[in-house]
Order: sequence, then structure tokens, then C-alpha cells
Amino acid sequence: MTTIATPRRMPFVSRAFARARGGDERRMPVGRQIVMQVICIFILLTVLFPIIWIFSMSIDPRNISRPDALNLIPQGASLQAYAKVLDHPTNNPISFLGLMANSLKIALASSVIAVAIGVTAAYAFSRLRFRGRESLMIAILGVLMLPSVAVIIPLYVFINQFKIDFAGLSFNLRASLVGVSLAVISGQLPFAIWNLKGYLDTIPKDLEEAAAVDGASQNQIFLRVVLPLAVPAVAVTAFLGFLGGWTEYLTAFMFIGGNPNDWTLSIALNSMVGGFARTTTWSEFAAFAILFALPVSVVFFFFQRYLVGGLAVGGVKG
Amino acid sequence: MATTSAALPQPARTRRVRRNMQPYLYLLPAFIVMGIITFYPLLFQVWMSFHDFGLKNFRTVNPVPAPFIGLDNYIRIAESQLQIPNFEFPRLVLFNIWWAFSNVVVHVVFGVLVAVVLNTKGLMFRGIYRALFILPVVIPSIIVATVWRNMFDPDAGAVNFLLQGIGGLVGIAADNPLFHLNWLRQSNDPIPFIPLPLAYFAMITANTWLGWPLNAVVATGALQSIPGDLYEAAEMDGASAWQKFRTVTIPFLRPAMLPYAIYGFVITFNLFFLPYFMTSGEPFGRTEILVTQAYRLAQERQLYGVAAAFSVYLFFLLLLITLITNRLAKATKSYAD
Repeated sequence: MTTIATPRRMPFVSRAFARARGGDERRMPVGRQIVMQVICIFILLTVLFPIIWIFSMSIDPRNISRPDALNLIPQGASLQAYAKVLDHPTNNPISFLGLMANSLKIALASSVIAVAIGVTAAYAFSRLRFRGRESLMIAILGVLMLPSVAVIIPLYVFINQFKIDFAGLSFNLRASLVGVSLAVISGQLPFAIWNLKGYLDTIPKDLEEAAAVDGASQNQIFLRVVLPLAVPAVAVTAFLGFLGGWTEYLTAFMFIGGNPNDWTLSIALNSMVGGFARTTTWSEFAAFAILFALPVSVVFFFFQRYLVGGLAVGGVKG
Repeated sequence: MATTSAALPQPARTRRVRRNMQPYLYLLPAFIVMGIITFYPLLFQVWMSFHDFGLKNFRTVNPVPAPFIGLDNYIRIAESQLQIPNFEFPRLVLFNIWWAFSNVVVHVVFGVLVAVVLNTKGLMFRGIYRALFILPVVIPSIIVATVWRNMFDPDAGAVNFLLQGIGGLVGIAADNPLFHLNWLRQSNDPIPFIPLPLAYFAMITANTWLGWPLNAVVATGALQSIPGDLYEAAEMDGASAWQKFRTVTIPFLRPAMLPYAIYGFVITFNLFFLPYFMTSGEPFGRTEILVTQAYRLAQERQLYGVAAAFSVYLFFLLLLITLITNRLAKATKSYAD
């Protein structure tokens, strides 16, 4: 960001204008400014093109299976595609809320557990000295590098053998949301440890040393000093984990694809495109995609300043 | 501390022991969980890769033990002797490497260029552009991939409609076959001497849309760390805009962009979403990459043993890539610092 050297007293309007101008003392020649604006607007159009397309498709009222032209706002725009997918997105009886609840369970369970057990490990790696520290960290980094496909195939075979009998419920661990959550945690935990350690490394040790001088134990230092300071990083890691669980496809489809009642939003979305989707109209697909993306995208957009950093260093795992 | 633990009085000694144990207590929860759901499956995977492992070997009712077949799975993969159509291992590996490499080059170049444009002094509406250019990043990848799949549809896709619209402006009829390309399925290559299907170009378009903004963010950070007086000094020496870019901007960008480019290479190498959701490996498995092929082997063909051997290959390939890129990073580091 360029520093905007606007005096405090400046009225809001002229301040906004100064910001629009770029706020620099040096002005750009008008001809060059126009060329730059044309370039930027062209890039903006390429960025917005798919987003606008999917949006205008979602409000198309004609209930035709495929669009026949580019329409910015189709005639007689309506929200009926949204109503349809909220009620009954696929050929299965499950509603949008049911799919959302399943995605939500996986996302919440995996991100909370991964962060909760990741943060203590991250603290140990960042602050404590012990034998085997280096090699354990390398083991974690090694797993972080692996694509999730490499872990879930044996995990699938492994947890398929567990039959759970609990409180009157009886199910195969593999074919359940619990099993999917376990697989998602397996992918997220190394990232949580690594991302949180990276943040803890940047916190100055002065406060902890002061607490140690005052006679605080290791646990007290961790709980009362380090953890409160790490709240932003914990929130960012938890959100990125939530995002991973919310959109998880690979394990979800492999583990529970055969049971539509356990389907997640991502499985349903993929069943609405391509060869599976002869009966799905594209306006329904578009409305579904928007409802699926909107909650996480809005949060992401407004907190991007904190999230993009984490993403740029390893938030996405294919 | 000079005193040995033996010389300490009893309570101090137990405290010391407890202090030595403490790091492991902090690590314990994470390592128990990872031990069960990550490290053990990975070892089990190696065991699986030496066996003819299929559904009948781990079904819940009456599983039979899997026969040991040594390196058979590995050999069958390397010789492309699998019972699945269109499988050629060398082509798959080469395509995967080229896919990652070409994407990273395009993303870095485009990201740096946009960052430079946005960093020009006096540009109006800079904040608005910065905020909106990040939009592709905030949309979940699975949605990006499925939406682009529909965008590239031959009859109802936005890309062909857009081409028809542009063609209309210059007077080419909308029924020209150029505007009805079957982007994701066309089997003959668009450029005769380059063995890449049209679907590859569709994929790289979608992935560039998705990938350049983060590169621009990283490049912007690096650009803003360049002291302004360096440019002034260059101007005084009469340097042109291109010379300033080459001698001031690029050397400052390199230490920030190189690690990110390496990271981007590994991410794109393993990028499951586009080949799986967008092209499904079409045409004829030529846009398949290693991770999607491994997933299909297990999910669609139930060849769990083969898939395990495949993952082991993948692991060693990634290890090799990491070693090479580490050397690259080190070799250029001395220059950058």
C-alpha cells in the first residue's frame, strides 16, 4: 500500500478524491493514465467475466437446460432457481440445508480439532528445545508436501475395518462423516502445526521471559501469555481449515459417495455438471454454486488481508 | 546449568525430569493423531504396493489375505501395462511436469506485470482494482473448476458465446466453426507440432485466471520494499523504463518470487481440481495428472495395490523435485542477497 499522506483535518470528500488519484505527490500524464486505466479495466473484465456469467445464469427464469447466449440480466429475472436448489438440489431427497449441515459438520470438526492439537505442537516446535526436534519437524513438512490423494487411499482401506457400535448407533467408520472428518484432519494437521509455528516464531520472547522470571510455569506461560497473543493466527488457521473441510471432495466422495444422505455440498455440486447432469438446468447449477461459495467467499473477501498471507505460504492442498 | 541432576536434591530432580518431558507432552496429542491417521497409513501404503490388493482383501465380510507380488505393481505402472484405457506412464509424468512448469511461468509473469501496473505512481482507483483482482482467490477451487467446465462447453459455454460476439464485431458469422470449438474434448491438437490437446489450453486459461492474483500480491509486497531513491539514481544516470525494470525491479523481485514460484510449482503439480472437475482427463486421458490418475485407480477401478505403488512413485517424484528446486533456490540465493 502506498502511504497516503493526507492530513487528518482534510474533509472526507477531498480525502476520497486524493485516494482515487492514488494519493501520490507525482501526477501521471493524462495520456498515460488513460492507457493504464484501459489495461486495468480489461484485466478487471477478465476477472469478473466468469463471476458475472454465473450470476446472470442463476437468475435466468426460463428453466431451459442450457443457456443460449450471454445475457447480463436475463428478461424476467427471478430467484426461482435458488428456490429449487434450496429445496431439492439433486435427484436425491436431501435438501440444500441437509447437504450444508454435512459440510458444516466436517468443516467444524476438522478445523477445531486440527487447530486445538496443532497449537500445542506448534508451541513446542517454536519455543521448546528437545531431542529429535529437527527430524520431527521434517516429518511434518514431508507430510505437508504430499498431496492428500497419497494419504487417503491407504486411510480408506485402514479405517474401513472399524465398525462402530456406540449409543445404539452402528456404522462403518469409513462410510460416515466421522471417517471423512478424520481424513480431513489428517490433511490439515500438518498445515496447522506449520502455519501456527511460523506465526509463533514472529512473536518476541520478551513477554514469556518476563513471565518466567515472575515464576510462571511452562503451562502458565503457554496458556496465559502465548495463546492470547496467537489468537489471530489461530483464527486464520481455523478459517483456512474450515474452508478446506467445507469444500472437501476427494475423501467425501470416496468414503460416502454411495450414501446420498451423507452427501456434502461439493459432491452435490459435481453431480450437477457434465455427464451426470443431463437433467440439471444450468441456472440451478449456477444458483447452487453461488449459495455454496457465498458464505466462505464473503468472509474471505473481507478478511483477505489476514488470510492471503497464510494462503500464499501453503493454505491450499490439492 | 553446571550442576548435574544427580547432585540436585530429590524434588529439583523430578522437576527437571518433568521439564525435560514437557516438550513431548505438548507434542503428544498431535503425534498420536498423526501416527494413527497419517504415518501408519503411509507405511501401510508401502506394504500395499507390494501386494495384489483389491476390494476382496479389505471388505468387512470375510476378507481374504492379499498375495505378495513383489515389484509387479511398480513394473506394470512403469511399462504402462495397466488394465485401463489410455494409460501411458511416461507421457503422464511429462505432461504433469510441463503442466506445472508452464502454469508457474505464466502466473509469475502475469502477476508481476499486473503488480507493476498497479504500483505505478499516480494510478487512479488503485484500491478498487487491488480489492477486486483478488476475487478469483476467494472462490473455492471446486466451484472455479466446475464453472469453467461449463464455460468451455461447445454449445452453451460462455467462452464460445464470447468468441461469437467478438467475431460478430469484425463481421465473421456466428456459425463459423472457430466459434464452436469443443474445448475440452477435441482430440486433434490445435498446434500441429506441439503435442498438447486443446483441453490443455483451456485448463491453463482457467488456472491462470485462478493463479495470477496471488502472484501479484507477493510481487506487490516485494515491489513496495524497493527504496524509491534507487529509481531516482537510475533516472539520473539516464536509464530507460526497461533498464530500470531490468536492473532495479527484477533483482529485488527475485528473492520474493522464487520461493513462491517453487511453492506454486509443487501446488500446481498436485492440483487435483482442474484435471478432475474440468476436463476429467479428456481427451483420451491426455490431461490427466498423477494425482487424478491415482484417485481414479482407487476410486473407479478399485486397484488399491496399484494406486499405492502409484503414490510411492509420486512421493519419489516430489522428493526429486524438492531436491532440485532447493538447489535452484540456493544457487540463485547468493546472487539475490
